Amino acid sequence: MNVTIVDYNSGNISSVINSFKEVAKDKVNIEVTSDLNKIRSSDKVVLPGQGSFKSCVDALNSINGLVDTLNEFVINHKKPLLGICVGLQMFADIGYEESETKGLGWISGKVSKIDNQQGKYKLPHIGWNEIDIVKKSQIYKDIKNKSHMYFVHSYEFIPEDKSVISATTGYSSKIVCSAEKENLFGVQYHPEKSDKVGLKIIGNFINL
Amino acid sequence: MLKKRIIPCLDVKNGRVVKGINFVDLKDAGDPVEQAKIYSDGGADEICFLDITASNENRDTIYDVVERTSKKCFVPLTVGGGVRSIEDISRLLNCGADKVSINTAAVQNSAVVIESSKKFGSQCIVIAIDAKLNGDKWEVFTHGGRNNTNIDAIEFAKKMEDSGAGELLVTSMDRDGTQVGYDINLMSKISSKVNIPLIASGGVGNLDHLVDGIKLGKASAVLAASIFHFGKHSVQEAKEYLDSKGIPVRI
Repeated sequence: MNVTIVDYNSGNISSVINSFKEVAKDKVNIEVTSDLNKIRSSDKVVLPGQGSFKSCVDALNSINGLVDTLNEFVINHKKPLLGICVGLQMFADIGYEESETKGLGWISGKVSKIDNQQGKYKLPHIGWNEIDIVKKSQIYKDIKNKSHMYFVHSYEFIPEDKSVISATTGYSSKIVCSAEKENLFGVQYHPEKSDKVGLKIIGNFINL
Repeated sequence: MLKKRIIPCLDVKNGRVVKGINFVDLKDAGDPVEQAKIYSDGGADEICFLDITASNENRDTIYDVVERTSKKCFVPLTVGGGVRSIEDISRLLNCGADKVSINTAAVQNSAVVIESSKKFGSQCIVIAIDAKLNGDKWEVFTHGGRNNTNIDAIEFAKKMEDSGAGELLVTSMDRDGTQVGYDINLMSKISSKVNIPLIASGGVGNLDHLVDGIKLGKASAVLAASIFHFGKHSVQEAKEYLDSKGIPVRI
């Protein structure tokens, strides 16, 4: 099996690479590339994302044919894709970080700044927070409810259809920490930095 | 609920772990990668490396340490010490650091903070502020605590937030290495002034100091070196103690 981590200059993806390689050992081939043919022929794709919504969308668009290839992979071929952090946020129609920016539109919704209640809550939301699993999901197979995951973000994904939400976490409000729609999986937290539980979630995605 | 973080810090010189008392009298205590792995297995919420390598020819040792650590530890890794330019930040991140902490360069040229937070995202830019009380105000020191800039630490903290810093790592120079506890006044004054998380550092001698840093100092995270490093307490013990005092921690 081939799992491809999309390398589109979206900031630091070395931790994502290290964690997938750790979980995959020698059983699964982990590719790190922006080569469209390799993405097309892979079984699963990981879309990381660091920095702002706008900078990630711009970086995706700057690689000719990449967005079309991802659309084809996800929409036509219905193959599994995991979005991490801004990778998840880009599933939305629109994001408001830096300036209003069009997303991939895979799951209807928007990405807005977390309401910090006039400074009552610090932003970014940095650190370990418990997740409340609200929907049965294969990526949460053998994961205990209230497990701790590592978060770093100031913006949140707000999907229109709440039934796509698979887990939330409590901060200034209930924040969506993972969404799932058919073959699309997205996590707001960083499984690659969430210790053993995070590696288990990565393993669950690889074993889908 | 967001948990308070415990961050063991390892001072690294020429690729080896050391910890100074008031930044002098260094004791060698092992391999940073192995130490970091022990900490992450023991429940550390993050690992921090402070590179105190003085000579330029040995500066590359930290990249190797970071690269090896990031293949073994799957919790956030912050690296600081001698980070001067966008290139330094980029190289550390590429080696597997999740955040970099910037001290002297941020004071000398805040454009580095503005540019790097735009380029890499605020989430990986930590500004390390070394502060010392002078009369009734805290002043910012640079170059590992050797140079007084006379800049007001609280105003500087606000300026760093406005420049795009994601977190502040605040060290009391008066307390560092003394084991008498964090400078609570300094921590709470800065934490109240900014809306980004504050990591308290400098002066931890026992587990109650960690509690004070969070409860009184209003820190989001507490950093300590020697109490963990020489086996006085494990990270797990520290967490259980905080939990017993009603502080939310990841156990």
